[in-house]
Amino acid sequence: MITSAMIFGLCGAAVIGIGLYGFVIHRNLLRRVLAFNVIGSGIFLLFGAMGYRSPILGADPVPQALIITGIVVALSATALAVALVVAYARATGQSTLPEDGAEHKTEDKADER
Amino acid sequence: MKSESVTQAKKQPDMIEPLFDLILSALILATALAAVTGRQVFRSVIFFIVYGVLIAMAWLRLGALDVALVEAAIGAGLTGVLLLGALGRLKHLGQISATSLSIWFRVAMAFSAAGVSLGISWAFITLPEPVGLQAAVNTQLTIAGVENPVTAVLLNFRAWDTLLESVVLLVALIGVWSLAQNEDWGMRAGLTTHSPSDEVLTSFAQILPPVGLLVGVYLVWAGSSQPGGAFQGGTVLAAMALLIVMAGLMAPPRVGSTAVRLIVVLGPAVFLAVALTGALSGQFLTLPPAMAKALILGIELFLMLSIAATLMLLVLGPPESKAKQ
Amino acid sequence: MNGELALVLVATLPLVGALLTVLFGLRGGFIALAVAASISIALFVLILDVAQGGVIEIAVGGWEAPLGITLRADGLALAFLTMSALVMVAVILFAQGGFAPRTIAGKMVEKRASYAFWPLALLLWAALNAIFLSRDLFNIYVGLEMLTLAAMALVAIGGKAESIAAAMRCMMFALLGSLLYLLGVSLLYAAHGTLDIDQIFARTTTANADFVAAGLITAGLLLKTALFPFHAWLPPAHSNAPAPASAMLSALVPKASFYILLRFWFEAVPDLANQAVMWFLGGLGALAILFGSLMALRQMRLKLIIAYSTVAQIGYLFLVFPLAGGDYSAQPWATNAWSAASFHAISHGLAKAAMFLCAGLWIVAVGHDRLDGMKGLAQAMPMTTFAFVLAAMTLIGLPPSGGFTAKYLMLSAAFSAGDIIWVVILVAGGLLSAAYLYRPIAFVFERKALQTTVFVSHRLQAIPLILALAATLLGLASNIPFELLQIGRPFASSGEME
Repeated sequence: MITSAMIFGLCGAAVIGIGLYGFVIHRNLLRRVLAFNVIGSGIFLLFGAMGYRSPILGADPVPQALIITGIVVALSATALAVALVVAYARATGQSTLPEDGAEHKTEDKADER
Repeated sequence: MKSESVTQAKKQPDMIEPLFDLILSALILATALAAVTGRQVFRSVIFFIVYGVLIAMAWLRLGALDVALVEAAIGAGLTGVLLLGALGRLKHLGQISATSLSIWFRVAMAFSAAGVSLGISWAFITLPEPVGLQAAVNTQLTIAGVENPVTAVLLNFRAWDTLLESVVLLVALIGVWSLAQNEDWGMRAGLTTHSPSDEVLTSFAQILPPVGLLVGVYLVWAGSSQPGGAFQGGTVLAAMALLIVMAGLMAPPRVGSTAVRLIVVLGPAVFLAVALTGALSGQFLTLPPAMAKALILGIELFLMLSIAATLMLLVLGPPESKAKQ
Repeated sequence: MNGELALVLVATLPLVGALLTVLFGLRGGFIALAVAASISIALFVLILDVAQGGVIEIAVGGWEAPLGITLRADGLALAFLTMSALVMVAVILFAQGGFAPRTIAGKMVEKRASYAFWPLALLLWAALNAIFLSRDLFNIYVGLEMLTLAAMALVAIGGKAESIAAAMRCMMFALLGSLLYLLGVSLLYAAHGTLDIDQIFARTTTANADFVAAGLITAGLLLKTALFPFHAWLPPAHSNAPAPASAMLSALVPKASFYILLRFWFEAVPDLANQAVMWFLGGLGALAILFGSLMALRQMRLKLIIAYSTVAQIGYLFLVFPLAGGDYSAQPWATNAWSAASFHAISHGLAKAAMFLCAGLWIVAVGHDRLDGMKGLAQAMPMTTFAFVLAAMTLIGLPPSGGFTAKYLMLSAAFSAGDIIWVVILVAGGLLSAAYLYRPIAFVFERKALQTTVFVSHRLQAIPLILALAATLLGLASNIPFELLQIGRPFASSGEME
């Protein structure tokens, strides 16, 4: 039986894959934040679809509540991540992270303790 | 003849609904792909916003109106605004570097991602019979004090989650503020630019906010029995406030102002106060059934204010004077 | 105050404190101190109550699981709560001076970092306590997010480009980890209709989703714990933050995700803990020990040595899985291995915090953290040096210290189980940590007159010393903590500490 739950559940699973792909291949930080949001909404979609599987009982309100919490939490994380990206660009003019080797060369100075 | 057409009419909804869902899913996948693989970041963000709206539609199909509201407002709307704002800042500050990765890496990653999706799908398809908490929620709904089951879960059964979540918003805000430059501390939130005010925007910003205020409060009030709640209402208020600020009708609030900090703290504080009042008699975060509805609405109204303020400030970002070249 | 109220206070007082410090920025340090004292008192009452009366449990709002959330204080929770409290009190005391508001022309002026530090530190503490007390997998997720965001902001609080970059890298790993964890939890709920750890354990059906969920949850938590090979984000993040922040980040933050892994594999899904999975986790731990130690040997900056040491020490924690998990949980040596993990987590937390604070004091004294510029510091600051050496003893596992007790318990478990590979790993790890910790100590003890040193007050120097002494005390008086740990532990086999 092809139900809404089945369709959107699989859709969610596919979206998670698309988001993961985007997260891994991009170096641009803003695009990674975007991909992170795509993964998140895919997870929520799957979660909500799983809560809608019972035609007799209707939709399960607990996943819905948890998803609302999740969306707000994801926004908080996105806001901080975006602020970090902008702050980093302001400090260095870059929107990608440098390779690891460059991180260890600078010393920890006392006045910035 | 008549019975035949009746059965015909009955068959069509059976076919149309899954068909609609399939088309919607296809659109969702397409926009997700476009958002993730788009060449220009700006286009990707636009596709992401569209994707968010489509997801909200999917929520409607899944019987989750509260989630649809939150997804449209926060997931698509505010997140999109955040990303666009950042994009604007990055263009202003420096280059947007392009990725140059080998095609084999991309293919390998695509296969891995597909593998993960397949694994998840397999887990999903082979799930045992549904064992949700619908029955438990419905039984306790009257004791919970509200008719909207999602509100009951958020503000009563799992209120500790929601309290922590309202604090998570605050953590993000303090974190965002802490990324300001030392010399900008305490100043007005966001980038100070002097842009000419747009006539149309100004008109909107004069007409909409009072309406938006009503809508926001109504969403919270109605959230006890219909779809709605503090997060939905708070987002509408935040959007109105942002509109007013962006139209230049009001200066963004000062990050160092005590009033701003008070509003931001008020929601979680009231929530905590209610939680701890019962704790002294051994009932942590317990809402007595007689007062449950009043308490929930009270908490939600204060929460709405804090959420509105915090969301607006999160979108505006840390105080930032114009970068010296 | 009874035990249940104490539990509630331990969970909520950090939140109250954080809200107050947001509102009254100029008094941030004082508020944090007052709150820290109150939480310590509440925790003490809670420990007494649990020691006398057994596990304390609360159904929040009066709603039992699966509808509601359960909070529980058992031995393991108390151990981690105590570790957090000790480290947080020390950090809050240490940071009073460094993050105090400036006084300009007689008036106190608020500054960015001195404002933001206090709410972030208290919120980090709130998140830790929420995680340690929770029995609900989604509630744990919310706590984890709070922890991650607070930690990220603390990494970047210095404002340098390197710290912001480190925070970004940190965030990418942490966000991915959270998503994987959340996906796993949602699958478990869909399969069994509950988010409560004990109810998941009591499930009657096994779905394919269980395996996928276990894999996702574990992967997500490994990312957050910075276990090899997901460790790359940790050293730059911890070494570029100011000393009090580094102390919190290294001593406490990875412990939270490890704690959840412990709960998950020992209490929620022990039936899924087959030997392959347990040995895989142990194997990654062994690689972390080796890789982290070798990298620490190559560093020329003290804070990087300490940060890579964390990477290595986290590896030790994961030896609990092959030694006490799955099939071994009913064996007599499982108690020793399981307790060893807690002893190690706690003594590492205390010692690592002490080390970062010592590093912070030395940086104040000479202006940088390069090893070659630290010669002669032992004469100039003997108290700090003594604290550092004591902390090093715990990390190496020399008696008497909490680290020695942990190693001893782990070794005895490995011997009893007959799995000599872990014995080899433990011994090798001990030798390697001796090597990479000897280097800075040797530099510091070199006799050389220092050109310019900034004076550091003895009060400040006492703080890491007390932490290091606590870590040592854990080894001297290990019976009481050992007994306390066992309270409320499921499948407790009758193991006894020798």
